[in-house]
This record gives sequence, structure tokens and C-alpha cells, in this order.
Amino acid sequence: MFFQTLITGLAVGGIYALMAVGYSLVFSILNFSNFAYASIIMLGSYIGYYCLAKFGLSFPVALVVTMLGAGFLCFLNERIAYSSLRKRKAPSLYFMISAMGTSIFLENMVYATIGSSFMAYPEIFKQKALHIFNSAIGVLDLFAIIFSFVAIFVLHYFISASRTGIAIRAASYDSLICQINGVNLNILIGLVFVLAGILAGISGIFLGMKYMAYPTMGWITNKAYIAAVIGGLGSLPGAVVGGIILGVLESFVSVYISSIIRDVFSFSLLILLLLFLPAGLFGRYLEEKV
Amino acid sequence: MWYYIQGVMALALINVISVVGLSIFTGFTGLFSLGHAAFIGLGAYTAAICTYFYKINFFVAIILGGLMSGLVSLIIGFPTLRAKLRSDYFAIATLGFGEAVRVILENLNITQGARGLPGIKAYSTFPVVLVIAIIIIFIARNFVFSKYGRMAIAIREDFTAAEMMGINLFRVRLRSLFFSAVCAGIGGGLFAHYICFIQPNMFTSIQSTLLTAAVVAGGMGSLTGPVLAALIFAAIPEILRVANMWRLVAYGFVLVAIMVFRPQGIFGYKELSINTIKGFFKKKDPASDLTKGGAS
Repeated sequence: MFFQTLITGLAVGGIYALMAVGYSLVFSILNFSNFAYASIIMLGSYIGYYCLAKFGLSFPVALVVTMLGAGFLCFLNERIAYSSLRKRKAPSLYFMISAMGTSIFLENMVYATIGSSFMAYPEIFKQKALHIFNSAIGVLDLFAIIFSFVAIFVLHYFISASRTGIAIRAASYDSLICQINGVNLNILIGLVFVLAGILAGISGIFLGMKYMAYPTMGWITNKAYIAAVIGGLGSLPGAVVGGIILGVLESFVSVYISSIIRDVFSFSLLILLLLFLPAGLFGRYLEEKV
Repeated sequence: MWYYIQGVMALALINVISVVGLSIFTGFTGLFSLGHAAFIGLGAYTAAICTYFYKINFFVAIILGGLMSGLVSLIIGFPTLRAKLRSDYFAIATLGFGEAVRVILENLNITQGARGLPGIKAYSTFPVVLVIAIIIIFIARNFVFSKYGRMAIAIREDFTAAEMMGINLFRVRLRSLFFSAVCAGIGGGLFAHYICFIQPNMFTSIQSTLLTAAVVAGGMGSLTGPVLAALIFAAIPEILRVANMWRLVAYGFVLVAIMVFRPQGIFGYKELSINTIKGFFKKKDPASDLTKGGAS
């Protein structure tokens, strides 16, 4: 039972980690919480659904299309909703309102055009379960875990080793100095949003396969947000660790205490963390500048 | 027809009550809340339970609902405001709080869980709501022009400077939060007795966002702006009944458009008065809106 709970937690935690990394990536550069990210994930899920169910693409193709589509949407989101604020050096609150507006807009756009019905993905991975150490793990879950971690690892490699990655890290420390050293911040931020969008696409398609695609599915990104806070906003390793910790903790709480209390537990954890450990496990706490 | 218009106006005014409260907190104190729907929900449930199960007088129940929200706002506000969280962290904390309250409402016995509370008596008629709304707006106006209101504005403009001038950030912010929560609670109580049926789903974070949207669209640092915005936001969907699905799409669009094109809101820091209307027709320096400040 213990081991089974752990595995379930890891499976959920993997997706949380993926979303949390996307969140943190944007936060590390622009220093605001991108609430629109939830809608990008939701749209990614719909793109995946249409690719697989309507156009009958094979899974790898659909995955690539979803990643690119969500990346493009995320880029568009930045260009339309944030770039003018960025140029005006608006306070992060304005970014958040703009993000909320985008989120409301996209979510209800889906309601108005596609409708509120739940879209079930065609069955790609058979409902078979592998048995390891007396506990069952679904093939989909296993694949999701592995693919999430591969994606995160590739991103990590990209950010720590490539020239562009170094520029991203530099910009997250001080965007002004970074610009002085010849980085085109406009392009860089666009790239960061594309990367975040790609992660959103991956998590969207996996969430869709696991829970179906529906307009309010972005709600689950609140959890990713909590994961990012646990690890420290803006810190990518933190986001991964936070995602896994949250996933495992949640599954333990729902098994050993009560599944009703699970969400209350997560949100209370969020508030407590913000109060006592605002920098999270790996992040740094930035004082708000006037 | 008049009956119908009355109904719409009552709903709009109920919305106004909550928005005025939030305007004090967001527009005048400069902190963002994404969990005010929770205060509305608490007020609605408290008032509804009072009249439904305990047969308490309607007005007493409304006030109890407001006080309940205020009390809970102190519970969440005390630690978060004391810790002086960054404003976006604070917003996230309130988001988490709002969701937690909704989940709790869904699982309590007295609220009848997710099924909701049907059969609440319809006490919130148009005259009642109108009188309460006017009282709330009047109190809010006095609050803004009082010493506390000026302190709050100082904090909004520059909290470091305000603190150096000897203003206690924590106390002023908590007071604003308490005030806004009480307004939200009263609005919630009236809402429950207008719509006659409440369920936890009505008080989600989207509702909180819409409240914030009204304040932002109306103008941060203006009372009449958000009031007008709340009225418009409530009236437009009624006029465009057919386009109901697109209402929220338009909300989102307007919100982004305002942030991109006119971040100070429709009214900016101005109040709606004859002078402002005159000012709209005069040529003016566009930068003056941003630099002016204050609730003039």
C-alpha cells in the first residue's frame, strides 16, 4: 500500500513538476505569476485531442504538433498581453491582471466555441498495468513520468549548457545588465515563453489522456503553482522537487487521511509556505521594489 | 417590465456593494486579492443559514454575514499582512485561501455541501438593496477621505515612504481588508436572499477575478469608477442575453485591453463628477493622469 501510494504520487508529481517548471521559467525572467499558463495547458490539451481524435495523427506526431502549437500560443500571449507592459516597466501586478484577463478570455472562448463537454482521448496506451514490487502502475503513468523527466532534463541541459541558456539565466538575475552585454531581451523573452509553452503542451496532452480535456482543466495548474512555491519561485530544480513533493504528499494525504482534505491541505500548505518560507527550498526572495 | 428592470438593478447593486469594498482594498490600499469570492460566499452562507435554520431577522442576518466575513478576513489577513508578503505573493495566498474556503463549504454539514442551500426567502428587494448600497458607498467615501483613507493612499503610492512617515503598514492594510471583507459579506448576504439558492460553486476564483476586473476597469483609486464599471458589467450581459456565452470572453478581452492601452482604468484616479465629464472633452496632457495620484 505504501509503495503503491508512492508510485501514484510520483505519477501525479511528474506532471505537476512539468507545469511548475513552465511557471517558474516565466517567473524567473519577468517576476510575475503567469496565470494564463493554465489556459495554455488547457488549449494544449485540446490541440492534442483534435490531432489524435479528429485528424487521426499518430501519437508522436500529435505530441510534436501540440508542443509547437502550445509554444506558439504562449509566445502570442506574451506578445499581445505582456510585451507592451514590459516596455512600460509596469509593476508586476499589472502583468498579473493581464494574465488573468487572458486566462478568462481563453477559457471562455473555449466554452463559447467548442463547448463545455468533456473530450475523451482515444485510447493510445492500453489500460494495462505493470506490476512492480506488488504494486500496479499504469503504462500511461509510467510513460508520463519518463517523458516528463526527459523533457525537464533536456530543458535543464539547454539552460545550463547552451549560449542562449546562459543568456536566460543571466536575464533572470539582472535583465538590464544582460541587455547591456548584448542580449536581445525581446527575443529572449519570446523564446522563454515558447519553451514554457512547449512544456505546457506536453503536460496538456498527458493531462488530457489521464483526465480528458475540458475548459476548466486549467484549475489543476493551481497545484503546479503550489509546487513552484514549494521549490522556490523562479528556481527550475526547485520546481521539479516541489512538484514531486506535492504529488507524493497529496497522494499520501488522500490515502491515509482523507481525499476530501487533500485540496484544503495543498492550499493551506501554500499559505504556510508563503508565510514562513517565501523563498521556497531553492529560490531567492526578492523584496518588492517601489 | 419594470419588475424585470428592478431585478437586474438589484443584482447590479449587490455586485456594486462587493466591488466598493474591494475598491477600498485594491484601488486605495494597493493590494490585490484573488479570494474575495470566498468572503462573499461566507457572508452568503452565514446570512442564509441564520434566516433559514434559525429564523433570525433578515437585517441582523446580513450584518452577521458581514461580520463573519470580516472575522475570517482577520484570520487570513493577520499572518499574511504581518509577514509583509510581496503583493503578488499575497494575491496567491488569497487565491489559495479562497479555494480552501470553497472546499470547506462543500464539505460542511450545515451548508449541505455541494448540493447547495435551496429555499432561502427572497428578502433582497430593490429598495432594500438600493438603501444598503447607498449606505455602503457613503461609508466608503467617508473612509477614503478620512485619515485612514489618506494613509491607505500613501501606502498604495509608495509603501516604503509611507512607512518612513510613521504609518503602520500592517494596521492600515488589515483595516482595509476588514472593511472590504465586511462589504463582500454584506453583498453575499443580499445575494443569497436575492437568488434564493446558493451553492459553493458560485464563489469560485473566477468570481474573485471578476470583482477585481471591475475595480481595475473602473480605475484604481476611484470609487465611482468601479461602481460604474460594476453596474455596466452587470447590465451588459442582461442587455445581450443572446450573447451570454461571449460575456466572459468580452470580460477577459476588456481586462487585457485596459492593461495594455489604459492601465489606470477608465476613470484613473478621478471620481465621476461634472468636472471630470468636462475634462473628458478638453484637451489634456495624457501623462497627467498617471502622475497625479490621490483621490481628487
